[in-house]
Amino acid sequence: MQHLPILPILLPMLAAAFMLLPPLSNSITRHRFFAVSVMMILVIVSATLLLTSHQQGTQMYVLGGWQPPFGIALVADRLSTMMVLLTSVLALGAQLYACAGDDHDGMYFHPLFMFLVMGVNGAFLTGDIFNLFVFFEVLLIASYALLIHGGGKQKTKATVHYVILNLVGSSIFLFALGILYGTIGSLNMEDMANKVRLLGEHEQALAKAGGLLLLVVFGLKAALLPLHFWLPKTYAAASAPVAALFAIMTKVGVYSTLRVHTTIFGEDAGALAGIAIPWLWPLALITLGMGAIGVLASPSLRLTAANLVIVSVGTLMLAIAMQREAATSAALYYMIHSTLATGALFLIADLISKQRGKAEDRYVVARKMNQGKVIGVAFFIAALTVVGMPPLSGFVGKILILQAAQGMTEMIWVWPVILLAGLACLVAISRAGTTVFWRTAGESTNYVPISRLKLIAVAFLLSASPLLVMFGGPVTAYTDLAAAQLHDNKAQSVYAILPEGDK
Amino acid sequence: MEAIYAFCVGILTTCGFFLVLRGRTFTVVMGLTLLSYAVNLFLFASGRLKLDGAAVLGQSIEYSDPLPQALVLTAIVIGFAMTAFVVILAMRSRADQGNDHVDGHIPVQSTKSRISEKRHS
Repeated sequence: MQHLPILPILLPMLAAAFMLLPPLSNSITRHRFFAVSVMMILVIVSATLLLTSHQQGTQMYVLGGWQPPFGIALVADRLSTMMVLLTSVLALGAQLYACAGDDHDGMYFHPLFMFLVMGVNGAFLTGDIFNLFVFFEVLLIASYALLIHGGGKQKTKATVHYVILNLVGSSIFLFALGILYGTIGSLNMEDMANKVRLLGEHEQALAKAGGLLLLVVFGLKAALLPLHFWLPKTYAAASAPVAALFAIMTKVGVYSTLRVHTTIFGEDAGALAGIAIPWLWPLALITLGMGAIGVLASPSLRLTAANLVIVSVGTLMLAIAMQREAATSAALYYMIHSTLATGALFLIADLISKQRGKAEDRYVVARKMNQGKVIGVAFFIAALTVVGMPPLSGFVGKILILQAAQGMTEMIWVWPVILLAGLACLVAISRAGTTVFWRTAGESTNYVPISRLKLIAVAFLLSASPLLVMFGGPVTAYTDLAAAQLHDNKAQSVYAILPEGDK
Repeated sequence: MEAIYAFCVGILTTCGFFLVLRGRTFTVVMGLTLLSYAVNLFLFASGRLKLDGAAVLGQSIEYSDPLPQALVLTAIVIGFAMTAFVVILAMRSRADQGNDHVDGHIPVQSTKSRISEKRHS
């Protein structure tokens, strides 16, 4: 399967285009069947790609036969294939949920959804930093349209902020790329990693500015403090399946930071090694703290879930700032867990708000829910997972990160902040659950049953949590290998793709 | 040449950022446009400025780096699409919210300035 690495990009793109053509267009039922089947194929393709790259080493796909570092290359190593599989699984869950009715609020939900998946997959797979920008734009323009999908005052307002902010971010991204290309003279990430240590003193200062500008851009995407203010309102305004899928979008920022600041500006970068680390430490700690305060202060479940995204970003950035293999491995495990768990929580928040009538998902006394028990069980599992209580995956992820911090001088900062943030989440989520499920007045008047498809979607995403614990051994073994591959700059991931002469 | 070029990019960026920070969508869109101009010029200069340098080999004695030109082309296309989108979005926001402020409502004037206005009238 020579063309396997490009399939996760091609498949959603072609599917989206086909859905706009006659046999499928204008029929939401056909859209649904087609989109769900394509997404299932995508999950299989991603899993195959992951297995192939795990067993046979990093898969390279050289577009158009132009040899890197001149042409654009797709690099499917352990980290990127893992992220692609994660995207497909989350997207399948969100899509199943959307098929129960949320996709009917406006036109072309499924094509837009596919384009977003294409952009995210492309951003994970590309080995070229300008191509990364292009895929960022692909996923962003799809996300703009998905965010405003269905319309309404709140959505328009949130979208205006989101779009303007991201357009400014895109220009900063291009400035950074211009600086890096002007100094390093290459855009291929592996090639840049090789050339960055050879820079002269004046060029080093410029390249440092470029690298830090990239950190600003990725921080904006990942919602790192002080660039996180857009996130809570945007995620709370988006429709549930879109918000669930957006859970992966902040992770794209985290992934890019990990990729750029471990591969290019990693340990081997000479004078430019770890330029982002002094910035990442305080920012990640404050992000975590602010996220925890936001979780405590949120007046509705959707806002709580949005703030939990910020908490998870803070935790992940802390792990990246540690610059250790063990920490990166822990971060990867935590990334899988937190993406799926927050995605599920957004869906559950929507289930709750549909059942409570006017009170929606706000923490106020309201009528009893019609199907409170089913939703309650789902909420309980999701809550245990995101808070990080044993026996579910949040607990394991957090333990791994805490363990990785052991023996560092920064440990005195990392442990209390992570543990206190966990406590804040526990308090906030318990309060949320008590208010939503137990503080009720009067019987339910709302007999709208929950569609079975929605429950399947929520159960599908939630099942990841116990599975991550049950298969904790193989998963952590895999993330260990992925982290080792990322940190080991001498490994094949760097040199395999360069022409013979450069080795 | 380099100094004038750098000065132009700097002015465009400054004006762009200033306009982006304004409160009305029209000025913000103008600011984004200026920023994208600045970015395009900047990207073009990342391959070094060179006079009489063709991008194709064999056309002239000196040749210039063709890659930044390709990057600028990509950036122009994407920037154009994004500007078109943000203009439509701004119009939609104007229709939905009833005003063209980015926050969806005109900020209330502080009491102090209202009092001084009353005195003047």
